[in-house]
Amino acid sequence: MSALIELKGVGAAYGQSQVISGLDLAVATGGITALLGANGAGKTTTLRAICNMRVRVSGEILFAGKRIDGWQTEDIVRLGIGHVPDGRGTFVHLTVAENLVLGAYTRGDKAAVAADMERVFGYFPRLKERLGQQAGTLSGGEQQMLAIARALMLKPKLLLLDEPSFGLAPLVVQEIFRILRRINEDDSVSMLVVEQNANLALDLATDVYLLETGRVVLNGSPALVRGNEQVRRAYLGY
Amino acid sequence: MAGTDPLLRIREISLRFAGIIALDRVSFDVERGQICGLIGPNGAGKTTLFNCLSRLYAPDSGAIDFLGQPLLAIPPHRIAALGIGRTFQNLALFRTMTVRQNILVGAHSRSRTGFVSDALRLPVVRAEEAALGAEVDDLLALLDLRAVADQPAEALPFGTKKRIELARALAGKPTLLLLDEPAGGLNHDEVDQLRALILSIRDRLAITVLLVEHHMNLVMKLSDKVVALDFGRKIADGTPDQVRNHPDVISAYLGTAA
Repeated sequence: MSALIELKGVGAAYGQSQVISGLDLAVATGGITALLGANGAGKTTTLRAICNMRVRVSGEILFAGKRIDGWQTEDIVRLGIGHVPDGRGTFVHLTVAENLVLGAYTRGDKAAVAADMERVFGYFPRLKERLGQQAGTLSGGEQQMLAIARALMLKPKLLLLDEPSFGLAPLVVQEIFRILRRINEDDSVSMLVVEQNANLALDLATDVYLLETGRVVLNGSPALVRGNEQVRRAYLGY
Repeated sequence: MAGTDPLLRIREISLRFAGIIALDRVSFDVERGQICGLIGPNGAGKTTLFNCLSRLYAPDSGAIDFLGQPLLAIPPHRIAALGIGRTFQNLALFRTMTVRQNILVGAHSRSRTGFVSDALRLPVVRAEEAALGAEVDDLLALLDLRAVADQPAEALPFGTKKRIELARALAGKPTLLLLDEPAGGLNHDEVDQLRALILSIRDRLAITVLLVEHHMNLVMKLSDKVVALDFGRKIADGTPDQVRNHPDVISAYLGTAA
């Protein structure tokens, strides 16, 4: 499979503080790539580097074979790269419906937006019940659902997911990961997933990278990564 | 007898938001020195309950006693000084302040000097500042934050920010510590370290802990007692084993896979 997005020798820094450097990473078209690593390894920063958001980026980033490094964040979004950031980033004072409409802001086909909202409710029926409710009054799990749903309103080709299981009850986590798999299979959305729950990430992913202090130390299939002694001890706990 | 009263006694508290029943006659006790886990589906009312304990929300009915006195009569800004500290699910740090400054803010509730003595920088103010500085150094060491003490909180990784919040809560020298999803965003190794840390907070600092957490392995290993909520109601209350095997908890929350 060809790479939908490819990072070649990418570095990213906040001011003087270099968080990732010389990073090579790819997400195959139709694939789900998981990014594992301890806190501070540079996982969130990698997602931000792709979107050219809040970090100073060096190196090459190619989307569908085209260089996009240095592009403005809004132009990167228009390519179909949806970011579900850490902390969810929902507009807490806006309603659920308003958040979803904003997710489709960059799209030209406004007529299709209503239909897509229905499609998104197919994945997250709870949001439909809460359309008029302020996002800030939703529970943590509902806010995470809203953040994913809002990114889907972009009709993304690639979803960047920063800890989709964060703050979610065990049942909901299982549900969200089932939904992510459906979105990947039914809507052909490729994904780059940062996830601390390594078991879940390895179940979902087709390709895995392990980051340590801003560098890739291991890359391979979930089976290969599961077999790695160090990964087992630090991330899987057995 | 006052000595045998629970540290925290929650009685029949109810709270609704515009027709949604967030808490529905919830009652439970937390004993002194206990680690009590609070679990339940998203939207069950766990954080809402925390917000009642920090007096950010006022329940529509019911009573909360802390240290034998009615908590609902205490204004929110007095809660920290009374001995209730907390952390937040989605972090609430002062982003541009350094780690050290964030932790110092947590000690503010204990400051005894007033506006005039502060403005004049009387010796008592300087002595207090020196003492606080030493305490903050201890907390920086305890939470492994020494290396980043003088960096702005904003640029630090999520797991580090969680530790800053915990340090800030501890700086208020709480009797009761409310932890809202302390394991969120931590990997297996880091969760193990967190468990050891919470145990030492209870054992060495004699702080009672009430924690909301979805990481079941952590909750069940750490808690003396677990309370489960669903749709604002208490559905189970008991030892970790009792709650883990409760049919309502399994169907509402854990699922068969757990």
